Amino acid sequence: MRYIEQQQVVKRMNGRKIINSIFKGIFMLATLLALLALVILLYRIITQGAGHLSLDFLTNFASRFPEQAGIKAALVGSLWLMAVVAPTALILGVGSAIYLEEYAKRNRVTDFIRVNISNLAGVPSVVFGLLGLTIFVRALALGTSVLAAGFTMSLLILPVIIVASQEAIRSVPGELRDASLGMGATKWQTIVKIILPAAIPGILTGSILALSRAIGETAPLIVVGIPVIIQFLPSGVMDTFTALPMQIYDWSSRPQQEFQVVAAAGIIVLMAFLLFMNSIAVIIRNKFNKRY
Amino acid sequence: MRQSVQEMIAQSKGKKNKQVLEKIIPVILFLIASVSVLTTIGIVLTLIFETVTFFTRVSISEFLFGTTWLPFSNKDAQFGIWPLILGTLKVTAIAIVVAVPIGISAAIYLSEYASESVRRVVKPVLEVLAGIPTIVYGFFALTFVTPVLQSFFPDIKIFNAISPGIVVGIMIIPMIASLSEDAMSSVPKQIREGALAMGSTKFEVAWKITVPAAMSGIVASVVLAVSRAIGETMIVSMAGGSTPRFDGDFAGSIQTMTAYIVQVSKGDAGYGTTIYYSIYAVGFTLFLFTMAMNLLAGYVSKRFREEY
Repeated sequence: MRYIEQQQVVKRMNGRKIINSIFKGIFMLATLLALLALVILLYRIITQGAGHLSLDFLTNFASRFPEQAGIKAALVGSLWLMAVVAPTALILGVGSAIYLEEYAKRNRVTDFIRVNISNLAGVPSVVFGLLGLTIFVRALALGTSVLAAGFTMSLLILPVIIVASQEAIRSVPGELRDASLGMGATKWQTIVKIILPAAIPGILTGSILALSRAIGETAPLIVVGIPVIIQFLPSGVMDTFTALPMQIYDWSSRPQQEFQVVAAAGIIVLMAFLLFMNSIAVIIRNKFNKRY
Repeated sequence: MRQSVQEMIAQSKGKKNKQVLEKIIPVILFLIASVSVLTTIGIVLTLIFETVTFFTRVSISEFLFGTTWLPFSNKDAQFGIWPLILGTLKVTAIAIVVAVPIGISAAIYLSEYASESVRRVVKPVLEVLAGIPTIVYGFFALTFVTPVLQSFFPDIKIFNAISPGIVVGIMIIPMIASLSEDAMSSVPKQIREGALAMGSTKFEVAWKITVPAAMSGIVASVVLAVSRAIGETMIVSMAGGSTPRFDGDFAGSIQTMTAYIVQVSKGDAGYGTTIYYSIYAVGFTLFLFTMAMNLLAGYVSKRFREEY
């Protein structure tokens, strides 16, 4: 008597192999579909907007006439916004991370701060806009200034920067810390001279990615009340301003077809801006990777 | 003059300002770390205070049980939240239908089938999708997805729930794919190799071993993605329209909670009007929805985690 019917096994095995191949195809197709969406999106926007890109587009103010419309005020406005967001978010984010990793004792308060940070990361950006509108624009009477919008954006990206900085600080080997303390350095000296320099690449990479999110965010700016049509450049942090995504939003919501092209050109500028920042992040990551 | 080490240490300890610094720094850092807590408190208090003001003008029962949202009518403005919730749910439902199968399939492909070199290319490229600003997705939905849909189904209006739903789905694919892939990769290799050695095909390993073992992580990623879809603002306000409706129509203009907040903020509803306070009531509702989702995701991944 045979325990194994060879033909039976071969038959079933073939069926199972076919199912395996079919599903492998489906899974691969799904992955390709997601990548295809990215390709179509980029292709559409580049073919739509490339024709409108020119030096004039970068140096003109917004205009009622699509062919004269430029992005200068928005581009400069976004840079001003970054000038507020970058230092504010970095100081708050890195400071919090140092506290949580180096000083905080494991107790209820610390646990509460940690849980709070992860919950804050899940709050929709439009709700941060409502916070900014109430606290910065109205209560502190900053108006629709670079400062008010910058503070709002800083709070929005704060959780991301804290988490990235915590990970960077945590990945500094403990021996370095022990050696420094063993040589008689104080805790603060160790942090400033040993831990931070070692953690800086990780902190910067995470922070740049967070900042590029702040550049692309639109909803909080709309809720805070940032205007769109501005014919002058801000001369300080208390001036009102407009930003790249606001300008793109305005152009794409206009009924004239020509403005769609202008909006696409604006998107190309925005994406180039983001690509530039992300490549800096990648360069920093590659340059300083695996020092230990 | 020669000093002994002990003297030097004594001298150095005597430096007052250094000691003061060591005491002050933790306090300053603690204050900085509490900014994130203050932010949460600020958000909650702001929403509660302004929502309470709103409820002095509009009854709570009208807001919670009303099915008509007509804030801009001069004569009989009505503030029943359900049309806005329904709009949000329509978009979220379509987004989930698009993103869950694609996201989880991509995660299975990357963790079970793809070679190391393919994974190292595909994963970052997928993450580019997550880094694209939502305004770009909104523009894409309005100027590409909607016209394409219209050419197949002429009944679809310029503003509808389907187009933003699909695009929000595309936006959350990387989130589901990446988090699910992390969960699947953390399933120990031995279990997988054991099954393969017993003669399982890769599909059987994925379906009967990896996916069940990583289920808590996969479900948590989907719940987080739902939270993102509910809070998504620009795509729905650009391509979804501004018609709050309480019906099951997906092809016509809708309005979500987030899109309403944007619509009011764009216009100039003066400070102190009922409409001004209504955005806080809507924002509070939105906040509760996303908060519930985030807590659920945390609960799922903790409670149902398989430990190895």
